[in-house]
Amino acid sequence: MQLIKSSTVYDVVIIGSGAGGGMSAYTLANAGIKVLLLEAGPFFDPAKDSQQLKWSYQSPRRGGNATRPMGDFDAAYGGWQIDGEPYTQKDGSDFQWFRSRMLGGRTNHWARISLRMGPKDFKCKTAYGVGDDWPITYDEIAPYYDKVDKLIGVYGSIEKLENDPDGIFLPPPKPRLNELFVKKAATGLGIPVIPGRGSILTAALPGNTDRQACFFCGQCNRSCKIYGDFSSSSCLVIPAIKTGNLTIATNAVVREILTGKDGLATGVSYISRDDMQEYQVKANTVILAASTCESARILLNSKSATHPNGLANSSNAVGKYLHDSTQGGGAAVLPQLVDRPRFNEDGVGSLHLYAPWWLDSRKQNFSRGYHLEIFGGMFMPGYGGYFGFEGAAVPFLNGFIPGPDGKTKPAGGFGASLKQDYRRFYGTMAGVGCHGASTAREDNYCEIDPSTVDKYGIPVLRFRYKWTSDDIAQAKHMQETAQAIVKAMGGISLVPPQGPDTNYGLDKPGKGIHEVGTIRMGDDPKKAPLNKWGQTHDCKNLFVTDGSVFTQQSEKNPTWTILALSMRTADYILEQRKKQNI
Amino acid sequence: MNRRDTIRALGLGAISATTILEACKSTPTDANAAANPAIKSIDTTGRQDFEVARDRSIATLTFFTPREMATIHLLADIIIPKDEHSGSATDAGVPEFIEFIVKDEPQHQLPMRGGLRWLDTECLRRFEKDFNDSTADQRLQVLNDIAYPFIAKPDMQPGVAFFNKIRDLTAIGFFTSKMGIGDLGYKGNSPGKWEGVPDAVLKQYGL
Repeated sequence: MQLIKSSTVYDVVIIGSGAGGGMSAYTLANAGIKVLLLEAGPFFDPAKDSQQLKWSYQSPRRGGNATRPMGDFDAAYGGWQIDGEPYTQKDGSDFQWFRSRMLGGRTNHWARISLRMGPKDFKCKTAYGVGDDWPITYDEIAPYYDKVDKLIGVYGSIEKLENDPDGIFLPPPKPRLNELFVKKAATGLGIPVIPGRGSILTAALPGNTDRQACFFCGQCNRSCKIYGDFSSSSCLVIPAIKTGNLTIATNAVVREILTGKDGLATGVSYISRDDMQEYQVKANTVILAASTCESARILLNSKSATHPNGLANSSNAVGKYLHDSTQGGGAAVLPQLVDRPRFNEDGVGSLHLYAPWWLDSRKQNFSRGYHLEIFGGMFMPGYGGYFGFEGAAVPFLNGFIPGPDGKTKPAGGFGASLKQDYRRFYGTMAGVGCHGASTAREDNYCEIDPSTVDKYGIPVLRFRYKWTSDDIAQAKHMQETAQAIVKAMGGISLVPPQGPDTNYGLDKPGKGIHEVGTIRMGDDPKKAPLNKWGQTHDCKNLFVTDGSVFTQQSEKNPTWTILALSMRTADYILEQRKKQNI
Repeated sequence: MNRRDTIRALGLGAISATTILEACKSTPTDANAAANPAIKSIDTTGRQDFEVARDRSIATLTFFTPREMATIHLLADIIIPKDEHSGSATDAGVPEFIEFIVKDEPQHQLPMRGGLRWLDTECLRRFEKDFNDSTADQRLQVLNDIAYPFIAKPDMQPGVAFFNKIRDLTAIGFFTSKMGIGDLGYKGNSPGKWEGVPDAVLKQYGL
């Protein structure tokens, strides 16, 4: 094994190419800064590598999930488990960690739901009496949300809601038939339903000729060959290469951030998966954006004489305050849609409709809220993936709903009549997914497992995460809402109601893939690793720009906030460089 | 239940270490794979190396015996027969899909092998002939006792569990084939402009 040290000193080295790293790279490279971007996985260009427009039968597993957990066409190289790169659990926890090892990271397959956090979300303690306030306000970040909207494009509708700020929107897509039934039911229950908000070009993006408008295949999770939606790869990193200022090292698995005697960051050490040799690169500034948990891992593994507790961890808060959104929901088959008309209903691969949190949190027995993501429609029949083929339920459903002759058969069967049943029930499914805010807690965390390393010899993460009674009370409310909507639609529920033993259907922590908070912002260096600019209190030339920076999440999906904060931190770095502070 | 997961909990398929090993040391099997038209036709663009190796490796392995495959052919066409809309399960390549998927998702292997054996044993007990050698009427007699989960007799439960599985695999194999997708009338996967639900449909449902 060899240690290969590069003599080049980059202005900035960025670890990670997802939403946070991609935006930092884009902003800095366009400002003339020489940037090296390290990505743990291979190069990925949706224009070439996407599985978009393939038919189910072009996959030998028909879209099944034996190698990709969200289906054979899903644009995530990685998943809940990665061979040779384990993570462990503590105190009976079962945190689920989804990793994508590829250029653009998880933004290649994400659901493109692009929501701004609201004024109250940045002041959680003040507004809701729980958690901590961020060191910034909505007004401080609003100009960056605007810039992200204009740079990347987002559809939505102007609603003027107090805590769900509007953006600069492209026109929203129309809802699918099934979704209109959900809307009708929810509205009848007093839940206001509005158009979704997603980073998909429902119309041409003004001033951008590299990306084309969406052609409505509904396959955003495969990533988009025409760059019609947002992936960090297609919209940030690949365009940034064209500046001539960005160098990319792929298959570069970061071991640690290197520091000098003065405690400042000097570069990064990594293993190349191509040749398994050890590399060291130098930079004047380091930006960490390897994803919420991986970034915490890198800091905790970057121990030195000046930073004995891990880099930027004098607060002892790195890894702590890990929080994912709560997740629940319901799905049903709608009998009124049996034998429904056929038409191309693919729409967009994000939300057509959603319901922002609609109740007064002070009047609930839980502290924060959740939103409803409405889904349903006539999807490409496939095995596994985002939406399974509801055919799995047909041999049961056909015992509950009368046939064309008005008679109800016993459930199950075979032959021509069963074949007809599969046709009749196709495209009849609809439901709601619920995503809620959980409060960051010091005792929900990831830390270094003292006795386990991965195949590169890097100590791995160990998780300790328990849902609280507050989270469970919210999940109970989610389930009641979902069941009430199913009932109001006259649907046959595909998800049986669950009791306290299973937390009312609350998914395992991590399954929301909205984990944030492990390297939080806070004004007090004794309590938080980062200041309000994403700069570490302990090491002034080290910055963090991924989801780990969140002081406190909200029920809004975090990506749009990650992008806005990353752009803001990159601007701050430019300014500090001009002032020669870093 | 949420937008990220399938309605049916599919579970992570874990292929055995030996299969992966086969794939890694496999120039000769690559030649076999190249000769297999099903694998040759797979586009490897954007696929990870281990995915390509895995698909090739699976194509070189055979799980079901010829006798078992013959039963699967019979069962698949009983479950999804040819009708005025489309061909039968075997016309759509369902047995080949089942042969692939039990290697891709090995959790099906034991229930399928054991279930096929249960079916033969039940036919032997009743007719002194296994399933394939029984008459069409005799086969249907047994299948009628295992195809209706909620009214099947308790001693038929192993058969019910097996029939549930092969019915699911047959339906998935058929309705994800080109023939099956056409039969269902799926109109998408075709670039265009989404203008919302047609007015006539909105009117039909009073929306």
